[in-house]
Amino acid sequence: MTHEEIIREIIAPSGTSRAAERSQLLQYLCQIQHQCSYIPGDAITQLATRLQMPASEIQGLIGFYAFLHEQPRGDYDILLSDSISDHLLGSRLLLQQLCNRLGVAPGVPRADGRVTVDTTSCTGICDQGPAMLLNGRVISRLTDRRIDHICALIEASTAVTQWPAEFFQVDDNIRRRDLLLSEETAAATMDGKALRVLLETDGNAILDVIEKSGLRGRGGAGFRTGMKWRFCRQAESDSRYVVCNADEGEPGTFKDRVLLNSYADSVFEGMTLCAGVVGASRGYLYLRGEYRYLLEPLQAVLRQRREKGLLGQCILGKDGFDFDIEIHLGAGAYICGEESSLIESLEGKRGIPRNRPPFPVTHGYLNQPTVVNNVETFMAAAKIAVLGADWFRQAGTPESTGTKLLSICGDCERPGIYEYPFGVTIKQVLEDCGAVNTQAIQVAGAAGTTLPVADNGRRIAFEDVSTGGSFMVFNNDRDLLDMVQNFSHFFVHESCGFCTPCRVGGSLLKNLVDKLVNGHATHYDVGEMKQIGSLMKRASHCGLGSTAPNPVLDLLNHFPQLVESRLAHSGYEPAFDLDAALQEARDITGRDDPGAHIRTET
Amino acid sequence: MSSKNTFMLDGVAIEFSEGDTIMDAALRSGSYIPHLCHNPEFRPHGSCRVCVVNINGRQVSSCTQPASAGLEVDNSSEDLVQERRNLLQMLFVEGNHVCPGCEKSGACQLQAVAYYTGMLSPQYTHFFPQRSVDASHPDTAIDFNRCILCELCVRASRDVDHKDVFSISGRGIGSHLVVNSPSGKLGDSAFAATDKAAHVCPVGAILPKHRGYEQPIGSRLYDRSPISIVGDVAAHESDDQGDTHGR
Ligand SMILES: Cc1cc2nc3c(=O)[nH]c(=O)nc-3n(C[C@H](O)[C@H](O)[C@H](O)COP(=O)(O)O)c2cc1C
Ligand code: SF4
Ligand code: SF4
Repeated sequence: MTHEEIIREIIAPSGTSRAAERSQLLQYLCQIQHQCSYIPGDAITQLATRLQMPASEIQGLIGFYAFLHEQPRGDYDILLSDSISDHLLGSRLLLQQLCNRLGVAPGVPRADGRVTVDTTSCTGICDQGPAMLLNGRVISRLTDRRIDHICALIEASTAVTQWPAEFFQVDDNIRRRDLLLSEETAAATMDGKALRVLLETDGNAILDVIEKSGLRGRGGAGFRTGMKWRFCRQAESDSRYVVCNADEGEPGTFKDRVLLNSYADSVFEGMTLCAGVVGASRGYLYLRGEYRYLLEPLQAVLRQRREKGLLGQCILGKDGFDFDIEIHLGAGAYICGEESSLIESLEGKRGIPRNRPPFPVTHGYLNQPTVVNNVETFMAAAKIAVLGADWFRQAGTPESTGTKLLSICGDCERPGIYEYPFGVTIKQVLEDCGAVNTQAIQVAGAAGTTLPVADNGRRIAFEDVSTGGSFMVFNNDRDLLDMVQNFSHFFVHESCGFCTPCRVGGSLLKNLVDKLVNGHATHYDVGEMKQIGSLMKRASHCGLGSTAPNPVLDLLNHFPQLVESRLAHSGYEPAFDLDAALQEARDITGRDDPGAHIRTET
Repeated sequence: MSSKNTFMLDGVAIEFSEGDTIMDAALRSGSYIPHLCHNPEFRPHGSCRVCVVNINGRQVSSCTQPASAGLEVDNSSEDLVQERRNLLQMLFVEGNHVCPGCEKSGACQLQAVAYYTGMLSPQYTHFFPQRSVDASHPDTAIDFNRCILCELCVRASRDVDHKDVFSISGRGIGSHLVVNSPSGKLGDSAFAATDKAAHVCPVGAILPKHRGYEQPIGSRLYDRSPISIVGDVAAHESDDQGDTHGR
């Protein structure tokens, strides 16, 4: 098919309202990108006419999402995962190898249009990295041999469908099971058991059980799930929505990927239960673009549920219990994990966080009452409905009941998924995953907390060290500055750009961290970092900007000797880097010999 | 019972009506809270963060925060003012703001708020971004070097002119204003100098052509009175006093 035909087919009028089609815009663009390797100008014009919206707004969307492009990518579009966990496994050398072997510069398509190589934020394959996305599919466990093999396949124009299947293998690596993943209770949510409980009792009874269980959101913020559902149920409206947040963008988090791979039916059961309780007839699973390979299998699970009468009209024969789930893909934007950005993105817009109040429970998707919960939260809710509040409360602490899935990676022998009762000590976790010679632990991802190993008596719990799941281990051979630098670059890449402190402050902070890493930072710069960081924490519009300086501030607070040892011992170092200023000239002349550099004494 | 509907702004009681934000009520009572992306004619935006105030130890943007009875709002503590200075400094280094050479100097809100908060220098390292000037339109020019992404032109063109001439593209530090036309140029768009969008820019990014320095620097709006007294430049677009372009 030609691009023209592909585009015509994708954006064929669906017969629904323009508002409904408008909310499909991002999905149209994702499909066009996937099939054409870019969004041709023609497609933009046609969509603008069809949806009666300005073309510049569509361009604004393409400019916002990292996976959408107005210029063609290579036939083989490679995105190497650039998380610190990939770095620890040697990904930066592999990137060089890849570029050298293929004769490309990062981000620039090869002249023959065959291939592009670029980096992307954490792909969530941290326990079996380094990883890459190839035309949207995950390739795990990269080694230099695998890279050579990949280069050969590309040079031979081998169709991706012919590539060795083991390249694309992604394992669950479940290492510890507790309430949620236990094999004894695995049948609890099968065949619509939670929905049957709902039909035997009523929505209020389910709400009571969930509230009694003490379940709090597993996505990070820890809001009480029962309360959220109740608010939505009480909000006045004819239409309500249930949204499952599977954006899982926090670096080092990959537990939702495993749940969607092996427990999708329980997750959908939880969403349907929620729909029954709050009175929603439509649900969305917002799946991060990095997990596109799960789209087909997830759709198969949805089909099975429809066949079994667990989705669709009159669920389990109950008149008026109508609910169905649609999967929407993200397109490379960490901010879309923030619930109001996620809703904007679901509506087919740029993922800019909304002003609150009002909150999604009263004014969410299409301004209607909406529950947004994490994947793990929905699964836990389904199990609680069947097995009861006491079953859930047997694990955890009074403030943090139940268990939490941790996704562990970094310097340990057994990375993977560990389900623990809340309250488990960091020490216990480190022992179980086989971490030795540990220097520090990064809990809750780039937005989280850096703990020196001396703090290993602290506990995973909302009231102590809270996490959405990410748990990265760094041993004594690692330079923590690499981690901090990686995270500050991550936040600059992922800031939505809406508000001043995060958009500008985040970039200033990143430049100062680079200066520190390069050995040019002074005490004055340390003061600047603290001041900018605290401004970002207080004045940012959303949680991204207010957590972005955490790694820098934790470094300055917990590792002052490390920082001190890297400072330039002068009162002032210019921000202007003479040698860097010559880069453009070097690029133009193609020179990179010593004579083309200015070395300054440090 | 209007006496019930009051909150305290730096110790002064401010009356508000149902649905007011803190900014709405403050502006109506004649109290000034510094701001850039806010304009009472448009839906609150909350992006510049210059209007942050302290409530119970938390910071909120007063243009989006609903007023409620009994609030104690701090709008003037030294820490808060310092924070605003820092936000302004960030906006100054993000773009290319060469005030002495700018036609808007003296009637620019960025400059006026900077004076008001006592910002003396940009402090941070300049980004010196490479941005362009769009002079393709016969009556109006856009100097992207000075755009602070307040989206007032976007809102005005969409909500008042119903022309959708402007959008934002990119993200993060790469966010930028784009023009809705086949060439991306203003001259090619539906924009007209009589549009609302031509009269809302708080800085010198959207400027009328053919009318340079008609009002001498030194006698312009904010040269005569501080912004805390005379308010937004957009509100003076049609009066002689404030008209920076001396129509
Ligand atoms: C920048 C940012 C990114 C986020 N990313 C995610 C995410 O990937 N997955 C998630 O479940 N929650 C994420 N959240 C939290 C959501 O906003 C929201 O609190 C959560 O989805 C609610 O579900 P829960 O109550 O079940 O945790 C993020 C929040 C912020 C501020
Ligand atoms: S803090 Fe501001 S710029 Fe950063 S992601 Fe949130 S809204 Fe966007
Ligand atoms: S051009 Fe002016 S009005 Fe438009 S976004 Fe930029 S600063 Fe705001």
